[in-house]
Amino acid sequence: MTEMFANLSLGFGVALTLKNIALCFVGCLVGTLIGVLPGVGPIATIAMLLPITFGLDPVGALIMLAGIYYGAQYGGSTTAILVNIPGEATAVVTTLDGHQMAKQGRAGVALGTAAIGSFVAGCFATLIIAALGAPLTKLALLFGPAEYFSLMVMGLCFAVVLARGSILKAFCMIMLGLLLSTVGTDLETGQERMTFGFPPLSDGIDFAVLAMGVFGFAEVLRNLENPETRDVVRTKIGRLLPSWEDIKQSIAPCLRGTFIGGTLGILPGNGAVLGPFASYTIEKKLAKDPSRFGRGAIEGVAGPESANNAGAQTAFIPLLTLGIPPNAVMALMVGAMTIHGIIPGPQVMTKNPDLFWGMIASMWIGNLMLLIINLPLVGVWVKLLQVPYRLMFPAILIFCSIGIYSVNNQPVDVAFTALFGLFGYLLIKLGFEPAPMLLGFVLGKLMEEKLRQALIISRGSFMTFIERPISAGLLLVAVAILVIALLPSMSKKRDEVFTE
Amino acid sequence: MKTLALGLAAALALALPAQAQSKYPERPITMIVPFAAGGPTDIIARIVSENMSKTLGQQIVVENVAGAGGTTGITRAVTAAPDGYTIAMGHLGTFSAAPATYPGLKYDPINGMQTIGLAGGTPILIVAKKAFAPKDLKEFVAYVKANSDKVNEAHAGVGSVSWTTCTLLKGQLGVPKLNSVAYRGTGPALNDLVSGQVDFMCDQIVSVAEQIKAGTIKAYAVASAERSPALPDVPTTKEAGLPEYQIEAWNGIAAPKGLPKEAVDKLVDALDKALNDETVKKRLLDLGTVLPTKEERTPAGFAALIKRDADKLSPVLSAAPKQ
Repeated sequence: MTEMFANLSLGFGVALTLKNIALCFVGCLVGTLIGVLPGVGPIATIAMLLPITFGLDPVGALIMLAGIYYGAQYGGSTTAILVNIPGEATAVVTTLDGHQMAKQGRAGVALGTAAIGSFVAGCFATLIIAALGAPLTKLALLFGPAEYFSLMVMGLCFAVVLARGSILKAFCMIMLGLLLSTVGTDLETGQERMTFGFPPLSDGIDFAVLAMGVFGFAEVLRNLENPETRDVVRTKIGRLLPSWEDIKQSIAPCLRGTFIGGTLGILPGNGAVLGPFASYTIEKKLAKDPSRFGRGAIEGVAGPESANNAGAQTAFIPLLTLGIPPNAVMALMVGAMTIHGIIPGPQVMTKNPDLFWGMIASMWIGNLMLLIINLPLVGVWVKLLQVPYRLMFPAILIFCSIGIYSVNNQPVDVAFTALFGLFGYLLIKLGFEPAPMLLGFVLGKLMEEKLRQALIISRGSFMTFIERPISAGLLLVAVAILVIALLPSMSKKRDEVFTE
Repeated sequence: MKTLALGLAAALALALPAQAQSKYPERPITMIVPFAAGGPTDIIARIVSENMSKTLGQQIVVENVAGAGGTTGITRAVTAAPDGYTIAMGHLGTFSAAPATYPGLKYDPINGMQTIGLAGGTPILIVAKKAFAPKDLKEFVAYVKANSDKVNEAHAGVGSVSWTTCTLLKGQLGVPKLNSVAYRGTGPALNDLVSGQVDFMCDQIVSVAEQIKAGTIKAYAVASAERSPALPDVPTTKEAGLPEYQIEAWNGIAAPKGLPKEAVDKLVDALDKALNDETVKKRLLDLGTVLPTKEERTPAGFAALIKRDADKLSPVLSAAPKQ
């Protein structure tokens, strides 16, 4: 315990120098500014801003990058709430209730709750990392391919159960997402699958292309058709600070979300992406009146946003302790560290304690700074989004196109985004929710990889998923969720919950 | 931000006098890196190109065009106009292994491009999980041959450096059908090696050195002629009893075929100057890079290296089982 506080004080000593505070501030501000642009999530933001850190010393550069990361993450939540466009997969859940709140004129409270929830989660996550960083890596090591696969099966079962509308439609969308994820070069053999000999498809479909297409472009199309129901919230933002009633309602979801998100975020396989979904499901199940969910329930913002931020932060644990990036954002962090001559791995904690603990301390400072920057600046971000549609639409499309182009510098990616935009529009017209498809797509690649790895290691025996206790436990939970959801009494209740 | 502003100012200052001369290069040069920003090739490209820009008097802009194991970016670079304003930083995979790995390849690294020179080599290590039975390379060879139905090898995906070098190893050991577990990138593969889910893999020193030093995995040998200063205790394959396994993951610069001689000479000279710069040297050595010899820094020397490794890899890679 004393050691932990000694380490943290070393960290704060590093992070609280004037230069590093300034870097953290600039990172948070610029990250939010870029992240607030619809369709531009943390990955695109960090990728775009990475070059401006090249000239700094390693500690300063990483503190600034971490600031950009949190800023972009928060910016993503802002667009999720105000424009119904999730900046990345983890913000998908925030659109469900956050955007509804915004439509009801409570956008300010939704944004405030997201910021405060993120800050609370950030405080706890910082303590979690400081206290458990080293011992928790042992837990991650218990997860082999079989366990990851079962964990993702469980995640998808959650997703089917929590999706709006018919279970069958949600199941179809997840399957479609899984199928889309198999386009591209086969991992084991290097053969092209479902590419029709078309070279740009040989690496598969890019997440950003799909997400910006079915969310960003399709949203614009839907709004064009129906000019009076605009989804960019132009009503009053309302006051930012949640009322005492709101706080009482959000405090428990916020703490539960922190715990769930923080736990899942530690797993080195992008477990963080499941955090918001898991938190949302649990809040909905625990709620006295689940029918409020999807119609602007504050718990549906507080829980997932806390889970999202806690997971975003604990995702640094596998990176800093094992040198293993658990997701695309962390992979960019690896790149940034390597450019500055630091090879992420178990040695970082002992060899560069100032860097390790300075970065952890700066995470907390970054979260505090976001709270300070964003609450007064929400008005500015909102103004950015309140621009009239005739200016907003072209701007969104241009920013999305630039963002898409900047990922791989491939013009064909922009064309694909447009195609997925039309496809997403069709889905909306037919009453299919695109969110489960996106989750299926994100997890699909990883699931296929883990399934095949597990089977190769077990020499083709499917029993490996049942023989390994953790894997068996996870599968059991998955089956239980499905059975419960499909029980006649439950499915009737579920229909009541989702029908408006 | 301040540094960025300074950098821009410096770039402008450098750009102005160059325009008056109206000789190559009179505008910024694009260096295509066929991988994502932050990867080993990208890092070397950025370190080297920054210094080359100073010599050339024009900014070299690094553009990351990722896809299909790097072949998308190289295709774009070597099929561009041969004017010296589009060059590429490729590696062992894109220049020597690609013709055997990708049957529909749209460029010919041996005859269809203008080599400039090698930027650096990265040693390859054979590493295994801590609890793997063999104690040294000799035991490893015997064990793998005897237990080829039980051993699991991990690699970072078809076409990756770790796949290419490990396929070569399996080919030389006579166990091409060894159970092979594919991962998306070195990171996840290394994670499962640390936790003991898979038995061994081959990869670049940059990726595995820290884990070896921390003792979470063990190294049998380095596949270079000499030991690496970064890991002085790890023997070479020659010392440890597998002398034929010699392979390095290198990065080098190439341009479209038909480049004017003036441009080739200037680029070769700029690369050589960059590799003699103390700051560049230090940053490359810190990454575990082996600096290229005088010979390898020339177009002919680099072309010979590409051909040598292509000849070594092609038979093994073409014969690799596509499960």
